[in-house]
Amino acid sequence: MSASDVTLRLPSSPVALDLRPAPIIEPSEATGHGEGGPAPKRIVVSYGFWIFLLSDIVMFSAFFAGYAVLAGNVAGGPTAAELFDVRNVEIETACLLLSSFCCGVATLAVEQRYERLTQVALLLTGLLGLAFLSLELREFAGLIAQGAGPSRSAFLSSFFALVGLHGAHVTAGLLWLGTMMAQFYAKGFRPDICRRYFCFSLFWHVLDVIWVAIFTIVYLLGVRT
Amino acid sequence: MLGKLTWQAIPFDQPIPLYSAGFVGLMLLAVLLWVALKGYVPYLWREWITSVDHKRIGVMYCVLALVMLLRGFIDALMMRSQQALAFHAAGYLPPEHYNQVFSAHGTIMIFFVAMPFMIGLMNFVVPLQLGVRDVAFPTFNSVGFWLTAAGALLVNISLVVGEFSRAGWLPYPPLSELQYSPGVGVDYYLWALQISGLGTLIGGINLVTTILKTRAPGMCYRRMPVFCWTSLASNMLIVAAFPILTATLAMLILDRYLGFHFFTNEAGGNAMMFVNLIWAWGHPEVYILALAAFGVFSEVVSTFSGKPLFGYRSMVAATMSICVLSFMVWLHHFFTMGAGGDVNGFFGAMTMIIAVPTGVKVFNWLFTMYRGRVRFSVPMHWAIGFIVTFVIGGMTGVLLAVPPADFVLHNSLFLIAHFHNVLIGAVLFGAFAGYNYWFPKAFGFTLDERLGKAAFWCWFVGFYVAFLPLYAAGLLGMTRRLQHYDQPQWHPWILVAGVGALIILCGIALQGAQLFVSIRARRRLSVPMGDPWDGRTLEWATPSPPPAFNFAVLPNVKGEEPYWGMKRKALEAMHLSPEPSYQPIEVPRNSPTGFVTAFFAFVLGFALIWHIWWMAGLALIGAYATFVVFAWRDKVEEVIPPGDVARIDRANRAARALALQEIHA
Repeated sequence: MSASDVTLRLPSSPVALDLRPAPIIEPSEATGHGEGGPAPKRIVVSYGFWIFLLSDIVMFSAFFAGYAVLAGNVAGGPTAAELFDVRNVEIETACLLLSSFCCGVATLAVEQRYERLTQVALLLTGLLGLAFLSLELREFAGLIAQGAGPSRSAFLSSFFALVGLHGAHVTAGLLWLGTMMAQFYAKGFRPDICRRYFCFSLFWHVLDVIWVAIFTIVYLLGVRT
Repeated sequence: MLGKLTWQAIPFDQPIPLYSAGFVGLMLLAVLLWVALKGYVPYLWREWITSVDHKRIGVMYCVLALVMLLRGFIDALMMRSQQALAFHAAGYLPPEHYNQVFSAHGTIMIFFVAMPFMIGLMNFVVPLQLGVRDVAFPTFNSVGFWLTAAGALLVNISLVVGEFSRAGWLPYPPLSELQYSPGVGVDYYLWALQISGLGTLIGGINLVTTILKTRAPGMCYRRMPVFCWTSLASNMLIVAAFPILTATLAMLILDRYLGFHFFTNEAGGNAMMFVNLIWAWGHPEVYILALAAFGVFSEVVSTFSGKPLFGYRSMVAATMSICVLSFMVWLHHFFTMGAGGDVNGFFGAMTMIIAVPTGVKVFNWLFTMYRGRVRFSVPMHWAIGFIVTFVIGGMTGVLLAVPPADFVLHNSLFLIAHFHNVLIGAVLFGAFAGYNYWFPKAFGFTLDERLGKAAFWCWFVGFYVAFLPLYAAGLLGMTRRLQHYDQPQWHPWILVAGVGALIILCGIALQGAQLFVSIRARRRLSVPMGDPWDGRTLEWATPSPPPAFNFAVLPNVKGEEPYWGMKRKALEAMHLSPEPSYQPIEVPRNSPTGFVTAFFAFVLGFALIWHIWWMAGLALIGAYATFVVFAWRDKVEEVIPPGDVARIDRANRAARALALQEIHA
């Protein structure tokens, strides 16, 4: 099978194995800095998505600031050291980091247009994300069951809001992931689908970055005091 | 079934909101009926509602702003008349209604007048000035607009279904907490702002990406028009500041809906954290509006002085330093919090420092006019009126930045006079300057000059008569938001201020007349060449109104003020540059995504306000389904054949060739 055969079949049916390091998007020298005119779509889309991610990080930082202000206001209720189970959080962290690793594998597979690997890696990404989410929900349910819900104190309010916001992002990411898998299945490696996928992978990795901050600031520092 | 929503939500016992809302509702129904009977619905759907063209969306933003300006101004008239009557008396607005009026006035004027007006102008102008065919994400642009409109609709619905917030335009806790504001008013405020705030954020991301990544060949940063620079600064501020607003309001929502304790009095909540967070957004917000307006004035002053802008680079530097400094002054909104002398001193000094780049700008505008051949057109009237007014407002701002003085003036009418002095003087005057300046670009005919100038003078004089007395009343100790009072010293000032509001009303009426007369006389006022003001930037190179693709061929930018350069060249050579070879052009396809998303967002907001949980769930599912349907589409662009491109461009070239001949004849 020659390379040209593969290219011809691309639009109609997703091709199972094509290991060429193929450029996915239209090549163009324009960077958007004014020399060659508007930047190609691939750059514009990723750039715009980065700007969105930065704004999302700003939103998280407002919740981090809220947590920093309120962390000591336990109002006579349980403190972080009494509540947090670092072992559970470690497993959560492992799930999320492994999920990110799988997402990275999926990115490589997309770049190689390797359909089966893409789907398998994305499925694992999603399952690990789901595992993370259920561990988080179990932790939340446990806290609420022992009377340490968000209404107990300002400290717990800010804790549930910050960690819950991250959880909400993971949930949205899982929905997006499922849609993405369906799109790869139905439409193949079309340039616009691939651009969208790269945005998803940026999103998923940034959620890791934020989780690392939560793990450190909320859990590790919380258990220490 | 319907949560908290019962017939009691409709204020049958309060004639003022009921009748006014009934009147507005009937008008709206009449307009809709007229549109439907005339058979305009398909046209509106095809050409406007589903349009992803940045020019159409820009126009719709401005229309929204103008409509909401009327609503906000009616609130202002009600406040002025209430205070005029309520000396030793109860007035005609009961306190709970008066509080809604001033809360709605501030909310509407900032979020649904000033913001959409500025975003609308930026949307319309920036891609044209950059010499490109659209914004980076055209469909998201439409989503952003319709979300803003959905927020505006929620605010207006609160007039008849339930009530609006009584907690001021920034709902400070603990007053805005469930315990002290148990009604749905604050919820209306919160969800309307969350929805429109999301729209603003989408717009901001879009324009930042557009300006940084999609510009005509050769348009490097040093050649970008100043309006694009100030738009970049504004939109970067949107991206950096609006998430803070979203987060802060989300915290208040959690407090109100799920019993959290972010800002409550009990269980360790911290109300001052709300004030800090909201102003960490709020002060940049002031500059989001002001910087965009500064950009409009820069274009106007340069064009009507017939000179390049004086000190282009210092203007850019001033804009960008304001952009950074605006995040370092938020505490001056509450010096009285008691943060201590050192903290107050720091923020006072920072506030005064921000006056420096602003001063640079004022001198740049003055020096642009100096020795220029100034044409006193309507936009130039607004620009000069702005410079005078804004300098006064800026100076009272520096006064308020002195912490000891602020302890006296805090929450007084002096503060009210100050921020109206800068917001009306800069933002609203800028919006009107831009409206008069770019109107012929959008519609192909200019606005009537005589009525425009009359409107300006009413606004200008009316502004001073309405707000200078408030400085005096503030210095006499009158605090803001008083429903009634019994100090005889204040009364005359309040009466004068009421007269000022009436003069402004004349200005608004004249603006309405200006629009009406101009539409009637559109043939006489038409601008066949598309360049009525002898413009200098690329938007004037296009026909008016510009075609969907803006430029038949992307312009090749060779210096600052590229269009001015092209014109000089054509005038010297006595003919236009040779006709380019026309290629087919891809334009984004229309999409109802924005409208449908906003519909679901509106339903979601309404359902959450009234605790109708099943409806909220359905709306969320609907929004997700819309997202999937949009993601699933296969054909995203339409191709305009080269023949059509050539036809449109040749018409534009013919008009310009004719003008060239006339000059040489």
